[in-house]
Amino acid sequence: MSQIIEETPAAGMDTDFDRLTKDWYIDKAAQALMFIGGISAVIFIIGIFVFISKEGFGFLFDGFNFKEFFFSPNWRPTSETRETYGILALVAGTASVTGLAMLVAIPFSVGAAIFIAEFASGKTREILKITVELLAAIPSVVWGFIGLAIMNPLIIKIFHVPVGLNVLNAGIILGLMAAPIMTSIAEDALKAVPDRYREAAEAMGATRWQVIYKVVLPAAKNGLLGAVLLGVGRGFGETMAVLMATGHSINIPTSVFDSVRALTATIAAELGETAVGSMHYQALFTIGIFLFIITFFINLAADLIVRGVRKG
Amino acid sequence: MSEMFAANRLNERNARVQKLYQLLLGGMTVMLMLPVIAILSMLIYKGGPVISFEFLFTNPTNGMTAGGIFPALLGTMLLVMVALVASVPLGIAAAIYLSEYAPENWFTRAINLAIINLAGVPSIVHALFGVGAFVLFFRFGTSILAASLTLAIMTLPVVIVATRESLQAVPHAFREACWNMGATRWQTIRRIVLPNAITGILTGVILEVSRTAGETAPIMFTGAAFFLPLLPQSVFDQTMAMSLHLFVVSTQVPNMPEALPFGVALVLISMVLIMNSLSIALRMYLRGKKKW
Repeated sequence: MSQIIEETPAAGMDTDFDRLTKDWYIDKAAQALMFIGGISAVIFIIGIFVFISKEGFGFLFDGFNFKEFFFSPNWRPTSETRETYGILALVAGTASVTGLAMLVAIPFSVGAAIFIAEFASGKTREILKITVELLAAIPSVVWGFIGLAIMNPLIIKIFHVPVGLNVLNAGIILGLMAAPIMTSIAEDALKAVPDRYREAAEAMGATRWQVIYKVVLPAAKNGLLGAVLLGVGRGFGETMAVLMATGHSINIPTSVFDSVRALTATIAAELGETAVGSMHYQALFTIGIFLFIITFFINLAADLIVRGVRKG
Repeated sequence: MSEMFAANRLNERNARVQKLYQLLLGGMTVMLMLPVIAILSMLIYKGGPVISFEFLFTNPTNGMTAGGIFPALLGTMLLVMVALVASVPLGIAAAIYLSEYAPENWFTRAINLAIINLAGVPSIVHALFGVGAFVLFFRFGTSILAASLTLAIMTLPVVIVATRESLQAVPHAFREACWNMGATRWQTIRRIVLPNAITGILTGVILEVSRTAGETAPIMFTGAAFFLPLLPQSVFDQTMAMSLHLFVVSTQVPNMPEALPFGVALVLISMVLIMNSLSIALRMYLRGKKKW
């Protein structure tokens, strides 16, 4: 009892409003500190945009040629005669690898999510969920190493091609990498469908599969789309795995056995060799701005779509 | 009378279709996990023989083609520790604000969107930010400090999301009971909410350790070096790191014995998976213990 009175003197004899006590000030100070924590995320996102823009600024206003940057397939920043900064081939590399990865990851992750959320139960579900979570934790550099040391010889052997570091390799690696994350987001989306929908359908005599196909999937449509979008964003921004498994040569791919180079990988491979402030250095930051803007909008779209479900 | 409930042809067909799909989807789930498990077994098979006490606790020699990984292992631990010092207090503060104070308005939505984006921005863009902000603008140079701060910002969402979830799992009635005793908001948070959420917060912190240890791109240009003859002496020195070391030994060094990179990969992935398992185990223990 005495302890409580000690801690809140305002509750005792003090007739003044409790705003003048020490606790009131501590409370306000704590609120201010927590608020700083809260806005830090916003500050960092703005900071990221400001700092990469600042470093890429010179290129954007000096050497930036809109047509060349987006439509030229020639990325030759170290050319002796005339440097060209075209990212078309790099975009094609990123897009082809991400596209193939999604082709692998979407059916499997949605299928696995349906199985885990709707069919599996008890221990089986628990084990599957833990496995998915652990798979999602494997670092991207390890995936890159797997592409390099395991997939590469495998592809050469199976398809009799000279080089195993190509779109196929990186696409499979990226697909395996993105699938666990997409599975757990898709599973959340299925779980968000209220049970009364399922019960109503089952009461009408529908089988489990009919319930899933006719009721649950349509109701979870947006959440699943959000999962796919986040997977695309992840594939787009992946760096180390793509750097190590694509072969890293500039190409607009015509088959899955072509080596390509991705936007992210270009920055990772070249930033270390450029002089701070040089045109090449600034051009790499400009690619960074491009990546930032694209992933920002993908994440925004995914968030809006998923939020739409929760409201409806 | 019993015939009325006997399965007719349509029922039987529906049941068959359902069995088929269940099998198909179950098969897909297994197919998703099987290749990864096969790959992991291969890592263990090839990398296992490399790992020994010497491997973990000696310096690389012979242009990194022999010897151990001690400087990289130590470097990763340093990077993780400095990153945690920066991001854990900040992340917990952010989560407390979002869970206990934030009103439902556009500003809170903006914070949530920023958190989603911090997690979604490509790691190489975080690296560019680290170079622009910490290495150049704040003049930390390529150092442990610059690399750790870059990692801290990148993994901040992990702590925020886990902490917010465990704070929100504390029943609202607990807070009301405390307010009714005349406690301030902060007293309630410190004495009632945080003690009840601490294990959940810990699972988030462990997850962040795992994420931070595995990241490569953000530290490549901000503080991690391919090879250093000496161990770092302060946070302003560069360091080696496990993740970058794996990249280096598997792509940058000629005449590398085949097994060594497998050993490095195995150590790295073991670190990450052990951390994650620990976090999962803690979460399950917590769920079993929950009284409300």
